[in-house]
Amino acid sequence: MSSDVRRLDPAEVAGHGADRAEVDLSTDLAGLALPDPILTASGCFASGREMDRFYDVDRIAAVVVKSITREPRRGLPTPRMAETPSGMLNAIGLQNPGVDAWVAHDLPWLAERGVRVVASIAGKSVADYRAVAEALRAADPEAATIRAFEVNLSCPNVEDRGLVFACDPSVAAEVIRGVRSVAHVPMLAKLTSDVTDIVAVARAVVEAGADGLTLINTVLGMVIDPETGRPALSNTYGGLSGPAIRPIAVRNVHQVHTAMPEVPILGCGGVREATDVIQFLRAGASAVSVGTSTFVDPFIGPTLVEELRTWCAQRGIATVRELIGTCTPWEA
Amino acid sequence: MSSPRHRLAPARGRTGADTPVKAACEVLGRRRQGPYWVLSFAAREIAERARPGQFVEIAVDAPHSLLRRPFSIAGVSRQGVAAGTVDVVFDAHGPGTAWLSTVATHDVLDIVGPLGTPFPLPQRKVNCLLIGGGYGSAPLFYLGEKLVAQGLRVDMIVGAATEDRILGTIEAKRLSATVTFTTDDGSYGTRGRVTDVLADTVAATGAGVVYACGPNPMLRAVSEGCVELGVPVQVAVEELMGCGIGACFTCVMPLRGRDGEVTMRRTCIEGPVFNGARIAWDETRVRLGPTVEDEPDEPPARPTDAELWGER
Ligand SMILES: Cc1cc2nc3c(=O)[nH]c(=O)nc-3n(C[C@H](O)[C@H](O)[C@H](O)COP(=O)(O)O)c2cc1C
Repeated sequence: MSSDVRRLDPAEVAGHGADRAEVDLSTDLAGLALPDPILTASGCFASGREMDRFYDVDRIAAVVVKSITREPRRGLPTPRMAETPSGMLNAIGLQNPGVDAWVAHDLPWLAERGVRVVASIAGKSVADYRAVAEALRAADPEAATIRAFEVNLSCPNVEDRGLVFACDPSVAAEVIRGVRSVAHVPMLAKLTSDVTDIVAVARAVVEAGADGLTLINTVLGMVIDPETGRPALSNTYGGLSGPAIRPIAVRNVHQVHTAMPEVPILGCGGVREATDVIQFLRAGASAVSVGTSTFVDPFIGPTLVEELRTWCAQRGIATVRELIGTCTPWEA
Repeated sequence: MSSPRHRLAPARGRTGADTPVKAACEVLGRRRQGPYWVLSFAAREIAERARPGQFVEIAVDAPHSLLRRPFSIAGVSRQGVAAGTVDVVFDAHGPGTAWLSTVATHDVLDIVGPLGTPFPLPQRKVNCLLIGGGYGSAPLFYLGEKLVAQGLRVDMIVGAATEDRILGTIEAKRLSATVTFTTDDGSYGTRGRVTDVLADTVAATGAGVVYACGPNPMLRAVSEGCVELGVPVQVAVEELMGCGIGACFTCVMPLRGRDGEVTMRRTCIEGPVFNGARIAWDETRVRLGPTVEDEPDEPPARPTDAELWGER
C-alpha cells in the first residue's frame, strides 16, 4: 500500500455510518483534553506553518512540534534520507533554530492561530533539556499555547560517551527530573524501542515524574548502496519510520500498558489508516502521533479523524475512549 | 482530447493562488521523447497556480514504495481544449519512475502541487541565457515562453552526455534567438560541457542573467562560472526529497547568507530555485566531475605502415 490513488475519499465514505456526528472522538492525554486522538509527530510537521498552506492547522487536536534544542542546530550533511520497504530511514541531526529563535518566530504564529502545541525538547545534557524547558515556560507561563512538553530522550548524551539517554533507565530518569523541576505543563517522555527492556525505562521515567509516555521514536537502521558500498546516509545509521515499524510500536505500547495500565500513552509509529489508530488504542494508547504518513499525504490528520468517526459509527462505538486498552488475549 | 472517464473528488486545499493542492488527476497521455518520458495529466488547480521552476509530488504504486516522487513542471496549459493540463518529463531510473512509465491514459494519479519556489522573473529588460542539462531543459522551455512573452531575448545552451539525451532540440530552436548544443562525446553540437561555451555565449548574446536546470554538478559549474563572469544566476537544484512539502528537512542545501553565515535550506520549500552564487557548493557533496580537458583531445596518432610492419 503506497499511494492514495486507490483510497476512498472521506467525502465518499461519509454517509455510510448512521450516527457519525454522535461519535465522541475526544480523549484525554495526561491531563491534556483533546477533541480527537490524532496528533502530529515531532519532526514530521515542521513548525506548523508549512502545513497551514494546505488547511487550518488548528483543526489538528495538537501539534507536536519539531524538537527544540538550547542552541541552533545546523543538522547533518546530506544525504539525510533513504526510502526503505514501507518506510524510510532518516538522520536529520535535529536541525532547528534553537529555543530563542523558536520562541521569537514560531511560537507567536502558533499562538495567534490558536494551535494546541506539544513542545518537543531535545538536548545533549540534563542542563540543556532543563534550559529549554525553562525558556519555554518563560515564553508561555500561562500555558496558553504550549499545553505539554514531550521530552525526546533519543539524543546522544555528550556527558556519557554519546550514549542515548533513553537507553539507560537511570540517565533517562535524571533528564525527566531535570525537566520536571521547571515544567509547568504535563510532560511526556518519548522513548526508543532500541532497548532490551522498555518497561524498565518507562517505569524509571514515570517514577522520575513523567506524566505520560510517547512510544516510540524511530528504530535504528542502516541502508548500504550495493554498488558504491557506501551507507545511504551521511550519518551511516538512521532512524527507521513509517508502516514498517508499526508492529514494533504497537508491541511496545502493549507491553508498557500491560505493566503500567494507569500511565497515559501517546502511540507513535507507522500510523497510516484508521485501523492503525484502533490498534494503538486497543494496545493501550490514549491518542496517536502521525509522522511519516504526513509526508505521503499532507491531509492525513483530518482524513484519519473522519475515517475514525466512520469506523466507530459503523460499529456502534459511542466514544473512542472505550477502545483504550481493549486488546483481548487468547485463552491459554 | 477525450472527456474524462472518471468523476473525481475535487482537489483538496485552499483557494489561494499561492498554495498547493492535493488532487486526483487523470492521465491524459504518456509518450516517449528520446530516452525520456513525457506525462500529461489533468489538474486544473495545479495548472492555474503553477509557475516555471515549481514541481509536483506524484504518489507511486511501485512495490513497497511509500514516498511520493518529485517532478519539475515542464509546462501547463490554461486555455483552449487542453486547459488545465500539466506536463512533466522524466527519466525512468528507479522503481517509482519505472512504475510511472507504465501508467495508461485514464489512470488516476494522486498529485500534490504546485510546490517550491518559481524562477524569479526579471523586473527590467535584460537578455536571458537558459542553460539546460539532460531532462533539466524541460522546465526551461516553460520558463523561456514566459520570458519571451515579456518581450525579453532568450538564448539557450542545451547540453547532455550524448545526442539522444538532448531534450527538445526543436523547442529550443523555436524559442531562442540562438541555441548552442553541447555533448560530452561530441555526437551533437560542440564537444564538451555547457560551461565550456558559457563565457563565449554570455559575451555573444549580451546575457544579463543566467537560468539553469540540470544535474547538480552542472549547476555548480554554471554557478561558479557565472560568479566569475559577474552574471546573476538562478538554478533549480535536485536533492533527495522525503516529503516535498517542507515537513521533513531531508532535502537541504547549504546557503550562504548576506552575513556570510551558512544555513541549511530546504530545497522543497525555500527552493528548488536558488541564487546559484549563494549556494555554498564547497560544503555540499556536489563534485564537478572530470572535465573534458582532462581527457585526450586528439585521437591517438595512427601508426604508419613502416611503424606497423617495419621496412619491407
Ligand atoms: C524526518 C523525521 C524527523 C524526525 N524528527 C524528530 C524529532 O525532531 N524529534 C522527535 O522526537 N522525533 C522525531 N522523529 C520521529 C517521529 O516523531 C516518530 O517518532 C517516528 O517517525 C515514528 O512515527 P512514524 O512512523 O509515524 O513516522 C522524526 C521522524 C522523521 C521521519
